[in-house]
This record gives sequence, structure tokens and C-alpha cells, in this order.
Amino acid sequence: MGSLENEKTVVGWAARDPSGVLSPYTYTLRNTGAEDVLIKVICCGICHSDLHQIKNDLCMSNYPMVPGHEVVGEVIEVGSAVTNYTVGDVVGVGVIVGCCRNCRPCNSDIEQYCNKKIWSYNDVYTDGKPTQGGFAESMIVDQKFVVKIPEGMAPEQAAPLLCAGVTVYSPLSHFGLKQSGLRGGILGLGGVGHMGVKIAKAMGHHVTVISSSDKKRAEALDHLGADRYLVSSDATQMQEAADSLDYIIDTVPAFHPLEPYLSLLKLDGKLILMGVINTPLQFVTPMVMLGRKTITGSFIGSMKETKEMLEFCKEKGLTSTIEVVKMDYVNTAIERLEKNDVRYRFVVDVAGSKLEQQ
Amino acid sequence: MGRQGEALNLRETTGWAARDPSGVLSPYTYALNETGREDVYIKVLYCGVCHTDIHQTRNELGMIRYPVVPGHEVIGEVVEVGSEVTKFRAGDTVGVGYVVGCCRSCEPCNSNNEQYCNKKVFSYGDVYPNGQPTQGGFAAAMVVDQKFVVTIPDGMVLEQAAPLLCAGLTVYSPLSHFGLKQSGLRGGILGLGGVGHMGVKIAKAMGHHVTVISSSDKKRTEVLDHLGADRYLVSSDPTQMQEAADSLDYIIDTVPVFHPLEPYLEMLKLDGKLIMMGAINTPLQFASPMVLLGRKTITGSFIGSVKETEEMLEFCKEKGLSSMIEVIKMDYINTAFERLEKNDVKYRFVVDVAGSNLSP
Repeated sequence: MGSLENEKTVVGWAARDPSGVLSPYTYTLRNTGAEDVLIKVICCGICHSDLHQIKNDLCMSNYPMVPGHEVVGEVIEVGSAVTNYTVGDVVGVGVIVGCCRNCRPCNSDIEQYCNKKIWSYNDVYTDGKPTQGGFAESMIVDQKFVVKIPEGMAPEQAAPLLCAGVTVYSPLSHFGLKQSGLRGGILGLGGVGHMGVKIAKAMGHHVTVISSSDKKRAEALDHLGADRYLVSSDATQMQEAADSLDYIIDTVPAFHPLEPYLSLLKLDGKLILMGVINTPLQFVTPMVMLGRKTITGSFIGSMKETKEMLEFCKEKGLTSTIEVVKMDYVNTAIERLEKNDVRYRFVVDVAGSKLEQQ
Repeated sequence: MGRQGEALNLRETTGWAARDPSGVLSPYTYALNETGREDVYIKVLYCGVCHTDIHQTRNELGMIRYPVVPGHEVIGEVVEVGSEVTKFRAGDTVGVGYVVGCCRSCEPCNSNNEQYCNKKVFSYGDVYPNGQPTQGGFAAAMVVDQKFVVTIPDGMVLEQAAPLLCAGLTVYSPLSHFGLKQSGLRGGILGLGGVGHMGVKIAKAMGHHVTVISSSDKKRTEVLDHLGADRYLVSSDPTQMQEAADSLDYIIDTVPVFHPLEPYLEMLKLDGKLIMMGAINTPLQFASPMVLLGRKTITGSFIGSVKETEEMLEFCKEKGLSSMIEVIKMDYINTAFERLEKNDVKYRFVVDVAGSNLSP
């Protein structure tokens, strides 16, 4: 099946240059190989990283680039070796669509750390073609990188879990921070931050949201269910909270001092960085030595963790807080995202949008 | 009044103290408590000289009261024990490290992590809660609470055991705590002073492949032939460093001054740990992608607990490990400090305190 057909033509919205402005773009998908799953996209979340990529902030962008790595869709065709998925299944695709399958990370269910991983867009697939993401009518993905969306989860709710959700879940799982009763801190209240609050609360943690201003206090405490809200510029509040947290999930995407947050950590506490920040961050060694504190980072999660995380969210009834938009709003959404003007993730209703050139 | 609330007479002892931030040491006679209920009165035999002693006697870390008698790698003989001391008897050979008091009620104290107690009392330059100053092991005697005294295993050469109480412990503790004791790991040791050389020996004894990372080629033969390291890398050689990328499970970083971290983060494997040992007040830097994309860790560690000290001493005894030292008398101490500052020692000075004339 598939090998004798013509390649499929699809329409997506691509950036053509570092202005990052997206517009309709027609391209082809490879034929459905034995291990492939052809997915009709239902919806796709917008992540801050999409911004960095379309604007070439990381100096590795190739255009035209169809972004989108929080993809939920419906299976419309499967390859001959695919047994886990059938036509009609609602599935998800995240940040990675390929890995070498040979290295230690690949062989220990942490393929997101494979040195030869292939990104779902702005990368090159094993067939030499550029990979394109979920702001498109369809995608074709190797079955290893596809997950089933649990029954009863709304697709637009599930989309942000595929990056923001697993990005929080993975380090909590890996660093042994899942058990009830821990005291966690969430720094920054965007897509990852808001899922951090929800997932940590669902794990039975006491959650402190740390913010630079008082503006989001009611939102954090009443809507997101955080236990405490600290304003980082209030020295008294920060002093009282010293030595009180087992971990802090730091989602701040720009340079920021680390000392105030290291002070909040208990003995053996962990500051877990999530943001790709190219300006060097700083710390003085006594701050990590005298409490055996750790500065570390984490990058998305594995397929195995994505599945676990989706089950966990289903079981706990966790949902993301989103604003659904049509594709013709996407450039405005991206401008608003840059200003953090969204509660807390945009999700593009791809299937409900008109994608072709007007 | 003594630390356990009793009324005590004071006796005297003589040590060598710094009187001001010049850090120059000279004889100083001071009061020493009578032996309280929980105390162990120790005649000092040997005391190691740690780089931190230099920082402290010069008040570089900003917390010292003068006069200060340094020394926190103390080997001694028990002279007398208090009425509630059962672990030690007169004649025992014991050791004392950097901490001599803690609150006993906080979470660290209750989990054998008392070196992280916020109210810990350092063995010198500090004060007990009752206001009594602490003085260290460059002295004829010390009186220490039994909790902070360890037995030196039989058969160990005493002057070589002294550096284990800080340098040895400082390496052993993080390897133990961070789950890095098992055989087959690939470790890096950055910096080759007291802590660094014990790092090589302890890591080799744990069955690790050990890479020493140095700024120059000078110590290659010494390190490979004499200390037994497996590999020697010069950090300024980009080819060597490139080849070693993504190859280490951990790096023990003993460099005591500002230095870039990127070259060492590059050497770590996925989930690798860069463990800082040096108290450096200038901020160090790193770019977040370097830790994110390999889930790498920057952390630090400070000495170890009494429990870890006991384990480490047993481990060193079992593996026949000892430190490499230069024994000196107390009248050489100021010269030793100058040489230590220039890293001109293989690899620890140890003062033969009992064999020195401490008086003016």
C-alpha cells in the first residue's frame, strides 16, 4: 500500500523568512511507508519554541518552515507494519519524529536525547526531505512517534500536553519528584508553567507560583489552584520562603538571576531549567555547595513518558487552559504569545480552518 | 559554664593562631574546657593543612574572629572522656573534621546530613551557642563533643589518615550521595590539589575510569604513573577535549577560582554531573541549552557527614588507600601556607603537632 501512489500534496502555513510571518504553502509528504501513520490534523498547539524557530532565534532555521509540534489528528492511513493504530484513531505527535534507535538513549527509552534525533519540523528526514510540522492539513509520522489520545479527552485540550505537559512531567518523573507531599515551585506562568501547576497539584504537591508581579495572583491561586503565590521582587516574602522547596520548575525564557530561586530550595533541592536561553546564566558555588543544591535542565520527554503523562492527565481529569484560534489568526496569536498575552496556550483549530491561499 | 550547662574550670592549651588577616600563625595560649559529659578530650598528634585554612586565617570568607587556631584534619589520641561517652576510651586514636556542633533538630541533622545544618559550628573561627569560641587542630589539644569524633581504623598510618578527614571525605560524600560509587563509571577530576589527588585515588579504588583534567601538561607523568589515573587531558588542547566530549559520568571540580564551565559540561554524558567543590565568590556561568539538551547537572557538595566519614575511613582502610603528604613541624607552617598557595605540595602538608614545639 502506498508505494505506487503519487506523493501527497498538502497545504500548511509556513514561515518563509525570519520575519516569522506564516502564510499558505503547498508541499508534498512522502508515501506511507511500512512503519508510517498518515494523520489528518485536527488541531495544533503553539509553543514559545515555535516562535524561536520561525524567527531563526537559534540560527538554525531553514525556510519554508511549517511549525507546530503539539499535534492532534485522526489516522487516515497506516503502513503495512503498523499494528497499534487504525484508521479513525485520534492520535498525537510531539517534537520528535525520528531517532537512531541504536544509541544508549534510544535503547533506554530516552530517545529525546539521541544525538541524531529528528525534529518534527525544520529538520531533515531519513529520506532527505525536510520535516514539516502540524500547522498543516496532514502529517506523516513513523509509528514510534505517534501516541493514542486517551478516550474522552478533547483534542484541543490534549494538544498542549504533547509538549508543555510532557516537558513538566518528564523531569518530575526522572528526578524522583512524583510522590505526594513535596513542595514545588513554578517560575513563570506560560504554557509550560500553567501545566506545571496543574500536574504538580495533581501529584499532591504543595505548589508555589513565583512571579515578577502581583498581577496573576488571583489567577494562580483561584483558577490554577496553586497554594502560594510569591512576588520575586518582594524581599520579605522571598526571605520567608527561603529553604522551603524541594524543586523549582523554571520556565523563564530569558536571562534572569538564579540566586533568589536557589535560596528558596531546601537541602538537595533542584532548580530545573526549561528555557532555552542563549545568554549565560550565573551562580556562585557556595550557593550550590552549602545546600547540595542542583541546577539542571530537561528537554521534552520520551514517547514512553508522553503516554504515561496522557494517562495521568486522563485519570486526574487534568486539562490545559487554552484559547482556540483559526489559522488565519495565527500571526496575531504569535505576536500576542511574544508578549505572553495568552491564558495559557493558543491551539489552532486546523481542521476547522481554511488553509489554502485565499 | 560548659556546653552542657555545667560549671567548669578551664585548663589551657597552646596552638598556633592567626591574629589578623595577614594570616601569619604564631603561638597562642588559650582556655580549653574541662571534659563535659559528652566530650572527648584529645591530645593532637597530626593535623592536615587544607586550602580553606588559608582562606579562613585571612578572613577571606568573612566570618572569622581572631585569634584563630586553624586545622580541621585532626588525628589525636583520647586522653579523657566525659561520663556519657561510651564509644571512645582513653588511648583510642580518633579523628576530628570541620564540624564540631549542630542543632540536632532540623531535617538535615535528623537525616545524617548534619554538615548542612544551618546552625552547624565549625571546628575553628566559630562560636558554640553558649558563646565559647572554637579553635582547631594546630594545637596541643582539643575538646570535642563525641558526636563529631570518629575512630581511626587500626593499622592506618596516622599522618596519612589526617587528610582523609576533609579532602577524602569531600570527594567520598558526593560520590556516595549522587549514586556514583559503582564500578565501571567514567569520572573526571579537575584540579590536582589535596581534594583532587584523593579524588583520583578514591575513584580508582571504586573501579572508575579516571580522567584528570589539567591546564598544563606538566603533571602528566605524575598523574598517570604515580596517582594511577587512566587518562590525562590538557584543557587548552581543543583536539583532546573534543575527543573526550560526551564521555564522563561525573566531574569533580576542585578549581578554587573562576573558570569557564562549558568545556567541562561538554565532557559530560547524558545525565552527567559537574560537582563543584571550590568556594568561589565570583559568579560562574553556563548557557541553559548545555544542561537542557543532555539533562546535565551542576551541583556542589560540602565535606560530608560523620557517618560518611566513618564509611570513607573503612573504605580507605579496606582498599589500602592513603594520601600523599609532606610532613612538617609547626615552625614551618607559615612557609607551608605560602607554598600551598602556589600549589607547591604533593599533595597535602600534614603538621606533626605532637612532635613540634608549640610554645613561643
